[in-house]
Amino acid sequence: MSTPTPTEGRAAPEPIKAVPVRHPGRWIAAAVLLVLAAMFVNMLVTNDKFNWPFLLENMFSPPVLYGVWTTLKLTVLAMAVGISLGIAVAVMRLSGNPILAGLAWVYTWFFRAVPRLVLCVLFGNMGILYQNLELGLPFDNYWMPALGLDGDARFYSVPMNEVLTPFMAALLALALSQGAYMAEIVRAGLLSVDKGQTEAAQALGMGRGLILRRITLPQALRVIVPPTGNEVTAMLKDTSLVSAIPLTTELFFQLQAIGNRTFDLFPMLVAACLWYLAITSLLMVGQFFLERSFTRGDRSAQAEVTIMQSKAGH
Amino acid sequence: MSATAGGEDASTRAGDLPQAPGDDVMVLAENVHKSFGRLEVLRGIDLEVRRGEVMCVVGPSGSGKSTFLRCINHLEKINGGRLWVNGRLMGYRQHGGRLYELRDSQVAAQRRDIGMVFQAFNLFPHMSVLGNVVEAPVRVKREPRAAARETAMELLDKVGLADKAASFPRQLSGGQQQRVAIARALAMRPELMLFDEPTSALDPELVGEVLDVMKDLAREGMTMVVVTHEMGFAREVGDSLVFMDGGVVVESGAPKRVLTDPQHERTRAFLSKVL
Repeated sequence: MSTPTPTEGRAAPEPIKAVPVRHPGRWIAAAVLLVLAAMFVNMLVTNDKFNWPFLLENMFSPPVLYGVWTTLKLTVLAMAVGISLGIAVAVMRLSGNPILAGLAWVYTWFFRAVPRLVLCVLFGNMGILYQNLELGLPFDNYWMPALGLDGDARFYSVPMNEVLTPFMAALLALALSQGAYMAEIVRAGLLSVDKGQTEAAQALGMGRGLILRRITLPQALRVIVPPTGNEVTAMLKDTSLVSAIPLTTELFFQLQAIGNRTFDLFPMLVAACLWYLAITSLLMVGQFFLERSFTRGDRSAQAEVTIMQSKAGH
Repeated sequence: MSATAGGEDASTRAGDLPQAPGDDVMVLAENVHKSFGRLEVLRGIDLEVRRGEVMCVVGPSGSGKSTFLRCINHLEKINGGRLWVNGRLMGYRQHGGRLYELRDSQVAAQRRDIGMVFQAFNLFPHMSVLGNVVEAPVRVKREPRAAARETAMELLDKVGLADKAASFPRQLSGGQQQRVAIARALAMRPELMLFDEPTSALDPELVGEVLDVMKDLAREGMTMVVVTHEMGFAREVGDSLVFMDGGVVVESGAPKRVLTDPQHERTRAFLSKVL
């Protein structure tokens, strides 16, 4: 038996030249798609129901731009409140306190079970329930007369429609609903952190809050951030639901209003598509860079190890 | 040093509570019981670790040695018996013949002068090596950051890793990570160090560097309880050796005596497999 000789000193073999596998199916599919695309473009150009000049004229009109601003504002605020709520609720749910955990469960259950559109309309009509928002002692209408007292035990009162403006109703509906979803995402993130991390921190004498803030939450972020990016995109689109409150300054409501007023609705619906497409695409770019920066620690560490190994090899 | 096999006859009598041990005793366990659900893991552990003593705990897996170690700093709550560390009852306050559970923050305060090193290192992956060592002194003890850094660098130098201060845990080998973990525990200036199989997750050629650091620590007079499979370390560094099996201390004594002349059949059976 002869052992194989080391490859050193042997000539490198010629690169392989072979006939590649043919894919006729791909060519056929491409041709079909090309024809369909041409038909679609032809429709866009020749069908005057699109009314492009009218669309362009109104897509950037001041009320529509203000609608974009409202939509963005609502997205950012609802997400900010939703994320904060989500963290708080997730921590409550995972705390050993049965009252807080139960409360968190009920909250998540309710706001995940009721559709956002229904929530929006519900919060928009909350004024029906109470004329005024009042602060005072509970059940004063029962015990005050029973004690023979006149008047009421309410110290502060504002009309409901001053507090619960359409914007506020929209924000509440979206943020409370988002909080429930974020709670589940944050909870999954916190549970993904190895239990040994908490134990090591406990052994160092760190308390619950400190462990959460410094050890578990930062490590949970890598699990929390990607789905949260998707939630931002979803939220941007869901702001269109608040036109049902109605929040009249919002983008979709504005475009629909122009369409209804001019009896030329379809171009305005296309404009809505274009606006949502544009903003969502921007968000997706932002999400790409955000996610990349969150995995950077791993990649640079990996690169450094590779460099060290290649140095050691020489 | 004294340790006896756990007694099934021992019963806790109300109003007749054990008293705190003397000053020279670092850890005192009296009839410690621990169960997970219906599984009894510790069935009456009595032992005493004196100040400056290095105690090695050996035994087959499932014997309860790691669980006992975790009971010492109250990572596990004991179900029966008493456990004192440095003169303080762990996890409870004894008052007027009754036990009161301590709050989380009070337990955390008790853990501050007990260092612990884990089998899986458990370094904080999102912090640099220096960040790992500095974290607890700065956040828990509120030491000024500059002073904490200086101490941390001294400790990293001591474990031979001063040049790795800026690295992140996953850039280090297992042995290096474990040495950082030791430095991290030492940064809190503990009076007692607990080691839970510190070399079991390491490649064989990396075991030595961790054991060397532990030997230095023992020589400096640190009180240590070491759960280990390294019989060589136990023989060379240990002041006492405890053999546990089935949730009780089967045999204990001077390491050389226990290793060369075991008295119990179970000890002999175990040692014949590992030596």
